[in-house]
Amino acid sequence: MNIHEYQAKEIFRKNGIPIPPGDVASTAEEAEAIARKFGGTVVVKAQVHAGGRGKAGGVKLAKTPAEAKSVAGDILKLRIKDLPVTKVLVTPAADIASEAYVGIIIDRASKRAVFMVSPAGGIDIEEVAAKTPEKILRHAVDPRYGLQAYEAMQLAFFLYPDVKQARPAAKILQQLYKAFSRSGASLAEINPLVTTPSGDVLALDAKMVIDDNEIDRRPDMAALRDESSEDPSEVDARNANLTFIKLDGNVGCVVNGAGLAMATMDLVKYYGGDPANFLDIGGSSNPEKVVSALRIITADPNVKAILFNIFGGITRTDDVANGIVTATRDNPLKVPLVIRLTGTNEEIALEILKKAGMSAMTDMDEAVKKAVELATGGRGKAA
Amino acid sequence: MSIFIDKKTRVLVQGITGRDGSFHAKQMIEYGTQVVGGVTPGKGGQKFEGKVPIFNTVAEAVKATQADATVIYVPPPFAADAMMEAADAGIPFIVCITEGVPVLDMTRVYPFVTEKGSRLLGPNCPGLISPGKSKIGIIPGRICTPGPIGLVSRSGTLTYEVVYQMTRAKLGQTTCVGIGGDPINGTNFIDCLAAFEKDPDTKAVVMIGEIGGTDEQEAARFVSQKMSKPVVGFIAGQTAPPGRRMGHAGAIISGSTGTAAEKMQAFEENGIAVAKRPIDVVELLKHATR
Repeated sequence: MNIHEYQAKEIFRKNGIPIPPGDVASTAEEAEAIARKFGGTVVVKAQVHAGGRGKAGGVKLAKTPAEAKSVAGDILKLRIKDLPVTKVLVTPAADIASEAYVGIIIDRASKRAVFMVSPAGGIDIEEVAAKTPEKILRHAVDPRYGLQAYEAMQLAFFLYPDVKQARPAAKILQQLYKAFSRSGASLAEINPLVTTPSGDVLALDAKMVIDDNEIDRRPDMAALRDESSEDPSEVDARNANLTFIKLDGNVGCVVNGAGLAMATMDLVKYYGGDPANFLDIGGSSNPEKVVSALRIITADPNVKAILFNIFGGITRTDDVANGIVTATRDNPLKVPLVIRLTGTNEEIALEILKKAGMSAMTDMDEAVKKAVELATGGRGKAA
Repeated sequence: MSIFIDKKTRVLVQGITGRDGSFHAKQMIEYGTQVVGGVTPGKGGQKFEGKVPIFNTVAEAVKATQADATVIYVPPPFAADAMMEAADAGIPFIVCITEGVPVLDMTRVYPFVTEKGSRLLGPNCPGLISPGKSKIGIIPGRICTPGPIGLVSRSGTLTYEVVYQMTRAKLGQTTCVGIGGDPINGTNFIDCLAAFEKDPDTKAVVMIGEIGGTDEQEAARFVSQKMSKPVVGFIAGQTAPPGRRMGHAGAIISGSTGTAAEKMQAFEENGIAVAKRPIDVVELLKHATR
């Protein structure tokens, strides 16, 4: 789960990391009032779960409260990577002498939380890693001991040769590790970590991703979720316990299991169509989930055909069939439906569908081909 | 032969009285797996289905049953503890089915289990099956049949799809292993490939990967450097957008790494035949074992 910059900054502050003050506004007038309170030049920053905010015009300087009002008004009208901007963070502009990058990620190879630090901050760290890998220092943290002071100093000296800055930076690194592990994060990042002309070390930005698997046991983190900045269909799906990701195509997909769902999308593409979504109804298939899945998919006007691909293991195909019958009886579909199901209780499922005047296929490739044909009006290439 | 488990494997079920644990314990017993005990704190002394003894702790269960494998069906907040308890009790093979284990828990569990000398499979995996011999986990027994192909996969239902196609084409399996879809897991592709390479009955191997991480790329290098047996590969997620978690916690393209294209290229460069569709695995296997 992504959280906003202002929320991540709040967590970082609680763990002692020095961060300039800032307040959140949802209207241009609020932004103006905050700018007046701080006085001087402020930065107005879009709060949105997307990278590249600056390039998209979501980060602007404002010299006066009136200018803050005007730029905040513009930013609040933006959509960045298709997400609406509903809040801006207004913060006093800092004088910057140097910019560094510090971050923690979960590293799959070492199976540990790994620090990455670089004196080349302020820009995309992936770019730094690709072009100038020697400018990045990594350190895997032993989860039993955390980040020791000497380890933090080694990392900090890589950023700042002067101990006057290395020492406070090392402290920030330890505080960042604390914020990361206490919050159940899978990523915590400060980009840029800056030095000011007077020699202070400050965090000017903050990014945090919370591990989705932590949310159930972490009500404090769950409370940070901002549904207004997510796609409404994805919010609806999450509340129905479905894993759903909206895409741009026209073949709606309902599948059980993540791997099979991805393979189904790929096969749609293979046969010349485009998947409208990723949707995993999960293992235990009560008919309610199927009803929710159809509601969410049919809400997308791009969808021209719907494909069910169910391989019954734990999932009982008769449950899925019942769900399809219920959902289509209550809300008749306006687009064609192709059903593929095989596995547990397949005979019962086929009987249920037959009684309701529907039919199903048992072969995945045949079903995908048919769905693509129906969605494209036969224009899908026969691969 | 088979890898990791056979007819003699003595299996405990942690969480045997829960909804999933009890259902799959019955399925395993029906399949012929030697389920020698169950663990549910507070239910020690009772019997599951009138015959399988239940214990309060894994240590007690191991002492009484000499179990050499365990399968975990406990809910996510307790799964890390269950894995560590099993390793501490000296169980050499631990299979964790539970989906949703926090990744920071796994950064602690992995070194703990490894230092105790246990092999962990999972979490968030369907387990494994040696057709006709034993199964641990949730892979449906009836879609598998004994034969000369080894299979290793990060997925559940996609594995069933491929195994089912193989079985229909009379390409039976020595062992099918689901290593799970989490970013930090125990047994990986290379562990399974190495075991299949050693197993005299396995003639060819199917490897099913997906987007996220670099395990498939490393496995591909292992295949070209250390394996004599043919390997057929499939990667799911060619149409997955970057930065989004595709169901599995580990199925995410980070920046530009972990894409399906990158993994398929690594397969091709290392002599692994790449199936474009799941069904193509069958033809490629026939060709490889001809």
